[in-house]
Amino acid sequence: MASDSNAAVLAARPVGAPAPGSAMKRFARRRSTIAFLMTLPLIAVIAGLVAWPAGYAIYLATLNRRMTAFIGLENFDILLDNETFRAVIWQSCFFAITAVLLKALIGFWLAHMLHHIPAKGQRKWRGMLLVPWVIPPALSTLGWWWMFEPSYSSINFLINAIGFPSIPWLGEPWWARVSVIIVNVWYGAPFFMIMYLAALKSVPDQLYEAAAIDGATGWQGLRHITLPMMRNIISITVLFSLIVTFANYDIVRVLTNGGPRDLTHVFASYAFQVGVLSGNIPRGAAVSLFMFPLLAFIAYFVLKGVNQRNKEMA
Amino acid sequence: MSTTTARPSDMLPGLGRKIGSLRQERRWALVTAYVSLVIAAVVMLAPPVYMLLTSLKTSAEVADLAGNPWMVHHPTLENYWAIIGNPMFRGFFYNSIIVTVAVVAVTMVISVLAAFALARMKFFGSQVLATGVFLTYLVPDTLLFIPLYQIVGGLGLLNSIWGLVLVYPTLTVPFCTWIMIGYFASIPKELDEAALIDGANWMQMLTKIFIPVALPGIIAATIFAFTVSWAAFVYPTAFITQPDSMPLTIGVVSQLIRGDTFAWGQLMAGALIAALPPVVVYAFLMDYYIAGLTAGATKG
Repeated sequence: MASDSNAAVLAARPVGAPAPGSAMKRFARRRSTIAFLMTLPLIAVIAGLVAWPAGYAIYLATLNRRMTAFIGLENFDILLDNETFRAVIWQSCFFAITAVLLKALIGFWLAHMLHHIPAKGQRKWRGMLLVPWVIPPALSTLGWWWMFEPSYSSINFLINAIGFPSIPWLGEPWWARVSVIIVNVWYGAPFFMIMYLAALKSVPDQLYEAAAIDGATGWQGLRHITLPMMRNIISITVLFSLIVTFANYDIVRVLTNGGPRDLTHVFASYAFQVGVLSGNIPRGAAVSLFMFPLLAFIAYFVLKGVNQRNKEMA
Repeated sequence: MSTTTARPSDMLPGLGRKIGSLRQERRWALVTAYVSLVIAAVVMLAPPVYMLLTSLKTSAEVADLAGNPWMVHHPTLENYWAIIGNPMFRGFFYNSIIVTVAVVAVTMVISVLAAFALARMKFFGSQVLATGVFLTYLVPDTLLFIPLYQIVGGLGLLNSIWGLVLVYPTLTVPFCTWIMIGYFASIPKELDEAALIDGANWMQMLTKIFIPVALPGIIAATIFAFTVSWAAFVYPTAFITQPDSMPLTIGVVSQLIRGDTFAWGQLMAGALIAALPPVVVYAFLMDYYIAGLTAGATKG
């Protein structure tokens, strides 16, 4: 086949005429073939392990429990009628938004504080503060679980020591929600700190000097220089973290496993419970698909932010 | 000199006071900074430290409600010996190592090849593919684990570590490719032109120029792939139910917590040993680690 078309190309050219750029053309063709071959494994991963499963999830979600019949949107219908699932939607949003806001604020504060101290001490502090991000979350959450454990709680020991009554960390729904958020913030705030510290370092000092000469206060410097310069990176990290936090599974699984009374389930843990543990694969797929519209919405803005940043940096 | 040069405060009355207050303001800012950092460090390090303290206690001391839980009176390593002597735990460790090494190798081959092609050889659809890489990075594993459960089950790879090796690239490949594109794109074009003039082919260009020059990026991507596969939790929880094939994360969480009386000391010792490899990598390669972390947003 290939030789036929080559022959055709050769025949089409007037005999004896020079072949302008034919070597180049062949080179380009070869180059794009090589490039395609090089990206083939990547395409296989994206298509076979992400795109296809995502489509397959949609198909699965339209089946009945035994996966023998097509039932349309009934799974989604049943879920929306289910009180537990409505609590899951609410809890997922509450958890993700609160945790991300706290992570962003604490991360910004710490990055700022780190940026203020003399440069030679920064490395040491940064190294210490990033430790929560380095430990696999499933394992560090195990440590938190032990710290929250009702009869031996070491946190309650400290709270009692300063004269307050013990807190039923994982036993009472609201405190359980707070516990999950605490652990997530503890785990994720260092990531924000590192991102913001990198961004803070990229703001030229001259801007602050010029502002100081004009008599700007520290607050004005923050408001009119730091925040505008970091706007893009702040929005990218917040949106990205919103996706990751919204889809979080480890912490809820280890800390509360959805309890008490299924009130701390988020989409991921509930999908796991319904789909894998109770064996209702289609309904589990439907639960996790509820995440999709929101994730797509956020992803669109992340992509916009990243493209904008690329343009600015170029 | 100082007598002839008028000090600014002499020329502008009131500026001296302003400078003084500025200095004081700076000192206060420094004090606030250190106080915040000390508080943050205490909070950030408390859980791992408490895990360490618990792991050094005997079961009797853990169960003793009278004392201060933050103190160890009779430190002992018996929990560590017990957990290392546990063949099931060693099996988890072994599984984690195999899966992680395989996934890191597969990931680096896939992403370095693809990133090289995407950064240097513009071809039909390359822009779309680069965007697709970034979008797949944003698809969380918790959205995919149910269909993948069916797919992996269909392949007969449930309860096999090779099933994990098959699916972990969804966690690692997109981000590694993405940051490698950034690193490769920052290499000056003159270098590849020089190589082409010297008659290098694409493969030689990649192995003789791009990989050595972008080595920091490759190290950062490798560290990322390593930490992600080591810490992966959703997929093994869903796909592995037999202890023989479990990697550390799910093994420690599900198998060491059995029965009514938890062996807290052993559990914490196991969790700390399991967390050790990424922490050691981080301790020695912190700068690469952080470069990898921030590269996603600043380089891409």
